Amino acid sequence: MMKKFLKTLTAVALPVMMIGSMAHAAGGETKPLKHPHFAFEGVTGSYDQDALQRGFQVYREVCAACHSLNYVAFRHLGDPGGPYAMDECPVGVPEGTDCSNPNNNPIIKALAAEYMIEDGPDDAGDMFMRPGLPSDYFPSPFANPQQAMAANGGAMPPDMSLIAKARHHGPQYIYSLMLGYEEPPASITVAPGTHYNVYYPGDTTSLLNEEYLDEEGHPLDGVEIPYGGAFKMAAPLRDGAVTYADGSDETVEQYAYDVASFLMWAAEPKMEQRKQMGMVVFVYLFILAIIVYLSYKQLWKNVKDTD
Amino acid sequence: MSHESTYVPNSGFERWLDKRLPLIRFGDDFMGFPTPKNLNYWYTFGGILTLCLMIQIITGVILAMHYTAHEDYAFWSVEHIMRDVNFGHIIRYAHANGASMFFIAVYLHMFRGLYYGSYKEPREIIWILGVVIFLLMMGTAFMGYVLPWGQMSFWGATVITSLFGAIPVVGDSIKTLLWGGYSVDNPTLNRFYALHYLLPFLIAGVVVLHIWALHVPGNTNPTGVEIKNVKKDTVPFHPYYTVKDGFAVVLFLMLFAAFLFFMPNSLGHPDNYIEANPLVTPAHIVPEWYFLPFYAMLRAITFDILWVIPAKLGGVLVMFGSIAILFVLPWLDRSKVRSMRYRPWAKMWFFIFVVNAVFLGWLGGMPAEQPYILLAQIATLYYFAYFLVILPILSIVETPKPLPKSISEDVLAKKKAKKKKPAADVSGGVAQPAE
Repeated sequence: MMKKFLKTLTAVALPVMMIGSMAHAAGGETKPLKHPHFAFEGVTGSYDQDALQRGFQVYREVCAACHSLNYVAFRHLGDPGGPYAMDECPVGVPEGTDCSNPNNNPIIKALAAEYMIEDGPDDAGDMFMRPGLPSDYFPSPFANPQQAMAANGGAMPPDMSLIAKARHHGPQYIYSLMLGYEEPPASITVAPGTHYNVYYPGDTTSLLNEEYLDEEGHPLDGVEIPYGGAFKMAAPLRDGAVTYADGSDETVEQYAYDVASFLMWAAEPKMEQRKQMGMVVFVYLFILAIIVYLSYKQLWKNVKDTD
Repeated sequence: MSHESTYVPNSGFERWLDKRLPLIRFGDDFMGFPTPKNLNYWYTFGGILTLCLMIQIITGVILAMHYTAHEDYAFWSVEHIMRDVNFGHIIRYAHANGASMFFIAVYLHMFRGLYYGSYKEPREIIWILGVVIFLLMMGTAFMGYVLPWGQMSFWGATVITSLFGAIPVVGDSIKTLLWGGYSVDNPTLNRFYALHYLLPFLIAGVVVLHIWALHVPGNTNPTGVEIKNVKKDTVPFHPYYTVKDGFAVVLFLMLFAAFLFFMPNSLGHPDNYIEANPLVTPAHIVPEWYFLPFYAMLRAITFDILWVIPAKLGGVLVMFGSIAILFVLPWLDRSKVRSMRYRPWAKMWFFIFVVNAVFLGWLGGMPAEQPYILLAQIATLYYFAYFLVILPILSIVETPKPLPKSISEDVLAKKKAKKKKPAADVSGGVAQPAE
């Protein structure tokens, strides 16, 4: 009976699950995303701390010029699973300090102090600048959205804290986008100040040159609509743009991989704890299922036999 | 409680309490309720749903301690829960995925009811209360989805609340009342939060009535034959069904855990990780998966109905009608035979109905363009035809298969069949009646 039940259930549940995923099909055709193997993928995947540190460096030296990281505080970088999480204090830290607490983590403290944070008002009623503390959040590169847009050709650079969850297949999308700046095909014209990218979910139909359109402005039959779209962000990375201290490749591929990893961490900092807890829960449920099933069989045996 | 009480107070305290507040007697009778002994796993979803409601209320109350219902802070406070509250990420993911689990279970529970004719005399009220719970669930889930104040929250709320504007005469007033102003804004968020906290307790109240009503005529069962002999046909709910439901609950929790711990965002929309922005409309506004069939029916009406009902109002009427029709289902299906096991024709149409419902869900996620609109119109037509045409006609023309004389006879016959040819039983979709 259980078998039949499960069979029927699967027959109904599978299409339902498929609907769930298919419902999110996007409209604009982009080139199929590149899919590098990220260390955090899969049931047991966890963040590669070195990649997170390098990715943070890329964010800080390149992305942070325009993109804020509003929901991340300096202290988060030292939380378990974070880029600068620390179990033991390095030499030179006073004895008895708990460096697993990000507020005591010397790297976090030094990092925070490199930023100037506005605080106040002081006793005289004035705002003042002071070096950052681990509890401060990353300051925005712009004072307000209007300033950000004015500096970026009218487009608002999105906040990076959640970007890896705010796009379909976020980490793959970020990775692909970094590698997707190509020469636009001859059939389209990219407006000045915008940049063509095969992975950007725009619509290149509107960019098609006149000779490919009919009188009403629709593409002629047989005209291939190129992948991707054009947007305001110029290719932010080039080989050698960021100097790595650990000797990793200084290529756009490596930068893209690292920054995608870092942004996934920034969006989902508790992923490792969540998966670890999930493992324990599954073992527990599995054992419980066996026990309950055997009790069920034992108890019901009598019912069916006596009648 | 319809069955006779078997509780005997043992101690002095129990006797004292029993005369004043017979709480133990109530619990004893409740747990000992005679339940047909042939219930299959499709009957375990009642227990699973009770658990779902409890999980939602408990996680929800904890979330409420950390959430801020204000347009400037709501999104921020959710991120605060995800990043800084102890186990906040687990609690929020449990609440968000718990809603999906709740709907998976409720849909299976409803399909169970449709297949085994659980809505038929004398159980109409149980069914109607169930539809009321379903409606309350939909309202609660919809308003809950607005609270994180992401892009899909905001625009989903805008689309759905705007529908009320299609109602003639009072539509605009209703819309303004829902919004607390002239667009989805901070007052909307505040009232949705208040109602999102209130409705689950109404659900809990109606669940009590639902179970109370169930305990008057008792459960249906896969044969649809009423209990003839309590001793032969039934077992006490506890421990027989607590342990069987318990096993089903553990399996269900595994499914839940798979989503919660390993793919917590797979049922959500990425746009909801972007803070609400009234100036930027998402490319596709789609509701959560569990609303998609109804969304498809809403969008299927692209034409004016009978020249007097504009398409928009028509869509709204069809969407609400698709649930309203469930209320009168007990009077549409007049067949005396409850279980579709013994109704070869009805069974076929039922399975088409299930596939059609899933298909509608798929269509709901597609853009509103051809050929999806036409397909949605056909599927919507079938949805209504199933209740308004197929079931009423089948009640008259269908010749049901012979029913087993009693539950215990059916159980015994199956046992014998199983012993004779052990392999055959697995493949056959339908159990043969005893005669």
